[in-house]
Amino acid sequence: METDTIAAISTPMGEGAIGIVRISGPAAFQVADQLYTGKKALAEVDTHTINYGHIQDPASGETVEEAMVSVLRAPRTYTKEDIIEINCHGGLTSVNRVLQLALRYGARLAEPGEFTKRAFLNGRIDLSQAEAVMDLIRAKTDQAMNVAMNQVEGKLSSRIQTLRQKLLETVASVEVNIDYPEYDAEEVTLEMIREKGTEVEQAIEELLTTAHQGKILREGLSTVILGRPNVGKSSLLNNLVHENKAIVTDIPGTTRDVVEEYVNIRGVPLRLLDTAGIRETEDIVERLGVERSRKVVKDAELALLVLNYNEAITEADEELFKLIQDQDTIIIVNKTDLAPEISLDQVKELANGNPVITTSLLKDEGVDDLEEAIRELFFAGEMEGGDLSYVSNSRHIALLEQAKRSVQEALSAAEGGMPIDMVQIDITRAWEVLGEVIGDSVQESLIDQLFSQFCLGK
Amino acid sequence: MSYHGGDFDVIVIGAGHSGVEAGLASARAGANTLMLTLNLDAVAFMPCNPSVGGPAKGIVVREIDALGGEMARNIDKTHIQMRMLNTAKGPAVRALRAQADKFLYQQEMKETIEKTENLLLRQGMVESLVIEDDKVKGVVTQTGAVYNAKAVIVTTGTYLRGKVILGELSYESGPNNMQPSVNLSYDLQKLGFKMERFKTGTPPRVNSRTIDYSKTEIQPGDDVPRAFSYETTKFITDQLPCWLTYTNEDTHTFINDNLSRSPMYSGMIEGTGPRYCPSIEDKIVRFSDKPRHQIFLEPEGRNTQEVYVQGLSTSLPEDVQHNILRTIPGLEHVQMMRPGYAIEYDAIVPTQLWPTLETKMIDGLFTAGQINGTSGYEEAAGQGLMAGINAAMKVLGKEPLILDRSEAYIGVMIDDLVTKGTEEPYRLLTSRAEYRLLLRHDNADLRLTEKGHEIGLISDERFARFEKKKAEIAEEIQRLDKTTIKASPEAEKVMEAASSSPLKEAMNAAVLLKRPEVTYAAIDALAPAEKELDADVKEQVEIQVKYKGYIAKQLEQVGKLKKMENKKLPEDLDYHAIKGLAIEAREKLSEVRPLSVAQASRVSGVNPADVSVLLVYMEQGRLQKVAAEG
Ligand SMILES: Nc1nc2c(ncn2[C@@H]2O[C@H](COP(=O)(O)OP(=O)(O)OP(=O)(O)O)[C@@H](O)[C@H]2O)c(=O)[nH]1
Ligand SMILES: [Mg+2]
Repeated sequence: METDTIAAISTPMGEGAIGIVRISGPAAFQVADQLYTGKKALAEVDTHTINYGHIQDPASGETVEEAMVSVLRAPRTYTKEDIIEINCHGGLTSVNRVLQLALRYGARLAEPGEFTKRAFLNGRIDLSQAEAVMDLIRAKTDQAMNVAMNQVEGKLSSRIQTLRQKLLETVASVEVNIDYPEYDAEEVTLEMIREKGTEVEQAIEELLTTAHQGKILREGLSTVILGRPNVGKSSLLNNLVHENKAIVTDIPGTTRDVVEEYVNIRGVPLRLLDTAGIRETEDIVERLGVERSRKVVKDAELALLVLNYNEAITEADEELFKLIQDQDTIIIVNKTDLAPEISLDQVKELANGNPVITTSLLKDEGVDDLEEAIRELFFAGEMEGGDLSYVSNSRHIALLEQAKRSVQEALSAAEGGMPIDMVQIDITRAWEVLGEVIGDSVQESLIDQLFSQFCLGK
Repeated sequence: MSYHGGDFDVIVIGAGHSGVEAGLASARAGANTLMLTLNLDAVAFMPCNPSVGGPAKGIVVREIDALGGEMARNIDKTHIQMRMLNTAKGPAVRALRAQADKFLYQQEMKETIEKTENLLLRQGMVESLVIEDDKVKGVVTQTGAVYNAKAVIVTTGTYLRGKVILGELSYESGPNNMQPSVNLSYDLQKLGFKMERFKTGTPPRVNSRTIDYSKTEIQPGDDVPRAFSYETTKFITDQLPCWLTYTNEDTHTFINDNLSRSPMYSGMIEGTGPRYCPSIEDKIVRFSDKPRHQIFLEPEGRNTQEVYVQGLSTSLPEDVQHNILRTIPGLEHVQMMRPGYAIEYDAIVPTQLWPTLETKMIDGLFTAGQINGTSGYEEAAGQGLMAGINAAMKVLGKEPLILDRSEAYIGVMIDDLVTKGTEEPYRLLTSRAEYRLLLRHDNADLRLTEKGHEIGLISDERFARFEKKKAEIAEEIQRLDKTTIKASPEAEKVMEAASSSPLKEAMNAAVLLKRPEVTYAAIDALAPAEKELDADVKEQVEIQVKYKGYIAKQLEQVGKLKKMENKKLPEDLDYHAIKGLAIEAREKLSEVRPLSVAQASRVSGVNPADVSVLLVYMEQGRLQKVAAEG
């Protein structure tokens, strides 16, 4: 009975190793099959099966996640609609990315309690549960409204309000041209739309950038520690988290799998991933670990490459430098308490502009420098965290992206010589969508604007 | 002293723009109809600007025509000039506007009414309604006539407890010193209707002979013949121009100096005026930084020297008005013939109506036009037509006609009124319509002719012509979809003439037509249709092909709306018994009593959670249960 398809993360955020992105509605297959590659399209597999495959970003072709996907066809499902559940194991970041993709490719973010609501509306839950469900809807919606209210006072909403006002003035100017063609208001030209549109597009883009930072603040900057066996990776992790989380031994290859820890370094939240040391190896267990490390490196936002001060650069080290080529990296030369065998000049050359820090984790030296380097990297040139208005929730990101798309569509229509009434459709849409971010999208305010901005009458 | 005046199916009180459409529609649909009006010389009278149409409003006039109403035909016969507005701004917002010969307009309309079967036009002032068991039974006039009827439509415009205000002077009056209708307003209040008090105004009229037009700019009509009605074949070619001039610093200083004599500032006016129609004193106070305001000089007809001074609506005293006029270029020696004035009147709070325009309180009682809180002839006419249709359908035992927001501006307007009410006189604007790309000037017939035919206001003959047009449009679109245009020297020439890039290879005709700069004519030149098509058909084909993507997007949104429109709510639902609805929502919903979930979601104060709660109850069949208990 509902017409659109909704998606949401259905495991509690941050809990459990596996995150599930659940998609429900008539277009569930259509949405999922755009992202999924496996043996067969999901639309072709049997109902109530679990399918192994990959989730890819159709735009870039990049693989986001290796996933198990449950296919549940209507009506024998929770919502009585088609349901696709994508089980992700890559932690919050990748669950979020999968959700963003689903939202970009046709699903709408579910309202709080909406799966339950659908289950109810579709007769999946019986009458006796009615009141409870409604209380739930009520409570969750109110809660969501409260969040929205808090944000109304916040910086994000004031930025969006400024942006909306800018759009609204343009919209009202166009409307006044349309509704009062003989009134001597300045004629809004496609030129002006182009100018305003580009301005707004950039502003949204900026907000989306802070969205990225906002997400990092919430989930942590995923940071991978890598290096050859025995250089002190686990020691580094322990040092940064001030706890013995990883096993440290003098046996090379101690760490076999990825160890994950959260830590806040001078205002920058890090999700630290300790990896198995990378080298050519015959040990099957270890080789699997190495493979995983390579993948983790690719997904990470920051790499900490640890080298041994007491050994000359090896071939494996050079391999590692290649691996981190396109990544924000800090090079750590550890064990400075031992004899210098490494050529620091060679390190600097290989570092290719990335910061190089020397430490002795054993003696607790150089860690300050490292922390400072991390902080600088994150806030590079930008304002301090306190002044940024972070867009952090998926709903906001989805809406901002939608608004950006609408502005872009308006711009390309204007570029293509479409008449202003068509261009206006997408500008107005952008204005409405931005309104949804801050929970305010009333037609009436346009009409108010019209009459306060212009002097109209007979 | 009372006597039996006669028995009718439907009685229409008032013969303004709303009343005439109501009476004609009701009679044409087959109901025996009586129209009672205060003064037979004021049928379809234009007490304010002598013009019909404009953005949104002009589209309403087209819709009225497609549904079998009269306004379009009448203005086609009696205008002094016509212009298509917004031609460069795209098909969604194009609109026609006509300057009317206000005297001819009245005469023509009156004669049409007089010639209509089933319809009796009679002079008389209705004093009260006859109501039994919350059902309307008829009306009683001042002269003691008792008319019986199964339905009554009240279209009393600004006459209802009207009060004219002019400077320090104020007196009970309808527009233009016509008799007001006072007792009927008290009667409605006694019945329990909530009323509100609105205000509107009109500018002075001057003598054309005393205007120096050389100091003004000419505003001619279009060269191309234009018409509102899809049926008009005879076009008026001899048009009169309007003229444009401006206020200046002198005007503004003079008005500022005399503000103390304005009733607006002395507190004499209690009614709420529309923001979109401020008086000149209002404009100067609120927009003090604007150095000049436009003044359009519009002839009131062909056989008169009276000129309407558009832009100078005012309630300042007569002597001040006289002096204001003379500060304006071209009007230095002008003779004022009638002063402008403000008028206050009673309106009923429109949320007391069903979307059929029948009142919720009294069965068979309908209201339409300015009494419902709107302003404008077109808004009034659109409602009059719908009330006339629905009153007739009711007495004939047929289904009512309700237009939704995606079908017509008339639907947008009525839904706004009955769902949200209005705090100022309501004017239609294109920005009020969510689907304005679908509610175009050009496709009003495609949207509504079928409905007009169903209710019996569109003749079989006209309907056959319409069906033919529809078929031709569909065939031509199909043909373009299948036609390929080859790259040829000839094609190159046509593309160049259209300042479009040349064809690199053969191209589908419909795809080519999607280029903004390529017209249907260009396509037709390269791949001509088998037979010459009507201009109307060509226009449709061009718009439908060119903007297909945008239209499809809006249709998709409409699809969602319709689903929610189809979720009907019982009229007698007890919202107070639904747990989970917020208190405010319970109260608002009980007042509006929406007929569908979609309408409920548009009631102000109802939030998405309330809508969810309603849906939940509906799906579980609880609504029926609550209704039965309540
Ligand atoms: N002298 C010296 N020894 C250190 C320093 N940092 C770590 N070590 C020692 O080096 C050995 C290896 O440390 P780990 O932290 O386990 O090294 P890893 O890189 O995690 O090793 P794998 O997990 O086996 O790849 C341990 O015995 C540490 O005590 C340092 O700064 N100086
Ligand atoms: Mg280790």
